[in-house]
Amino acid sequence: MLQRTIRRLVFALFCLFASAANGFELTEIAPGVFAHQGQTALMSRDNSGDIANLGAIVGEEAIAVIDTGGSRAEGEAFLAALQQRSTKPIRYVVNTHVHPDHIFGNIAFRGTGAVFVGHRNLPRAMATRGPHYLSSFREAMGPLVDDVILVPPSLTVERETTLDLGGRKIVLEAWRTAHSDADLTVLDPQSGTLFAGDLLFLRHVPIVDGSLLGFLAVIDRLRAIEAVRVVPGHGLAVAPWPQALDAQKAYLDHLTRDLRADIARGATLAESVKTAGSSERPNWRLFDDYHLRNATAGFAELEWEAP
Amino acid sequence: MSPWTASLQPRTPRNENERTYARSRLHRLAAAAALCLAAGAALAQTPKIDPWPGLVADIFHDRAIRPHEGVVALQAPVRAEDAAIVPMTISLVEPGVRVATLVIDENPMPMAAAFSFGAGAGVAKIETRVRVNSYTNVHVVGQTADGALHSVVKFVKASGGCSAPAIKDQDEADANLGKMKYREFTSENPALREAQIMIRHPNNSGMQMDPITRAYIPAHYVDKVEVRQGDALIFSMEGGISLSEDPTFRFVYKPDGAKTIRVEAHDNQGGVFKGEWPIGEAS
Repeated sequence: MLQRTIRRLVFALFCLFASAANGFELTEIAPGVFAHQGQTALMSRDNSGDIANLGAIVGEEAIAVIDTGGSRAEGEAFLAALQQRSTKPIRYVVNTHVHPDHIFGNIAFRGTGAVFVGHRNLPRAMATRGPHYLSSFREAMGPLVDDVILVPPSLTVERETTLDLGGRKIVLEAWRTAHSDADLTVLDPQSGTLFAGDLLFLRHVPIVDGSLLGFLAVIDRLRAIEAVRVVPGHGLAVAPWPQALDAQKAYLDHLTRDLRADIARGATLAESVKTAGSSERPNWRLFDDYHLRNATAGFAELEWEAP
Repeated sequence: MSPWTASLQPRTPRNENERTYARSRLHRLAAAAALCLAAGAALAQTPKIDPWPGLVADIFHDRAIRPHEGVVALQAPVRAEDAAIVPMTISLVEPGVRVATLVIDENPMPMAAAFSFGAGAGVAKIETRVRVNSYTNVHVVGQTADGALHSVVKFVKASGGCSAPAIKDQDEADANLGKMKYREFTSENPALREAQIMIRHPNNSGMQMDPITRAYIPAHYVDKVEVRQGDALIFSMEGGISLSEDPTFRFVYKPDGAKTIRVEAHDNQGGVFKGEWPIGEAS
């Protein structure tokens, strides 16, 4: 009993020192490839919006950053932590899509001279949704939102683009509407690491803010990408590929199956969403925060399918 | 509720205005707290100024409206899961109701839909989907044959349905504008028929500003729909931006033997969309 207590105390002290020294956790998951794991939570003042996974790839000459976090404060902490691991210049800041937990930290990187990169739809998405995000997050994030300035990409990806970091080329791919209408993945062939953005959720219930059918179609195409590990948008910072897709595919499949069955038997939207996909509840966190909205939007989408 | 998704605001009960007001009346609230709790009233959720009397003046020209549950009924969720897609069902309880108006009190455009029903159409029920912009009372006002108005009300918790960008895929919305779908269902009552009309339309609220031009992106929404069996009107609807993207109406009516369902929809930019389907053969 005493031994266990002492062990716990030592572990706690270790964490305290580690976090005091580091502040922002950045793990090297493959040579020159870094990932940060966000909390599985809603954005709040307490977590500084740190709920998404972020990453960086270091080439011989330069660095590419993948997503910047949910607040300017987080972006600054990320930048500082990165500069402790490498002195190379940041050449690119890539945003995987438009959601605030991935782009609010962009402003922290504006002074680095990096080029901001995103899906061809990202500038439009940021223009139409940005003001709404800034105002609607005031309640949850308080003054942390006031420091956010939205920085859109100056380089956009139509379908596929290769960026050279000096002896290390990374491949960016733009997808049809799935999680959102501006989804972009980043592949590092050198290490076999795929940054999936929110095209992959682990632990955190998947969010459908684009198209349910599109998400299913894109998952099938993602599976063919040659990589050995993946950094999802939420959940464990790194997971084996492509097995990491399976849980999310099951969630989307079950939801789609149930919605289609409800639509076929003539159920109303209100009736259907009460039960559609609910068998997946034990498998996911934040289920009650997002699932019913997924089901509602999914029902309205699938209703248009031919009977 | 984390609200970076398209249509949702954070799930908090107050928008900017209400928060400011709430701070200033904190003392009064504290004093009245015990009374409120005892009454079990949703005082904390009551809008600061009840817009309903003003809406009665604007929409119903100050005609007398009697709160009464025997004429029309309203089904609406207590809490909307997606503020941009909130299902609401109006039941016509008393026969002979020819007009029913759906009002979302706190919305920027409160008059969500005004339905007129064909004389012999026997419409028993009509469901549509709306945007709800903040916690609000929702009224349905039904007009009986004698011209008298009767209302029912429900309170719905949602926010951001109108101000948040609702279009999940703008390219697809542009490509599909005006396409329609017709569905039929087995009706509980064999003398009645249940059907649904769906129209592809962004129903743009006009509340979004283009940050580059600083001009508001013009509202583009379905403002009128007519549904007929043969030549006979089943219902017509006048509405606005409170209707969800891809307006949809699911309704129960009395078939008169006509062979076709005909739909004509207009939008505020002069768009006209038509559809026709043989009854018994849904699309």
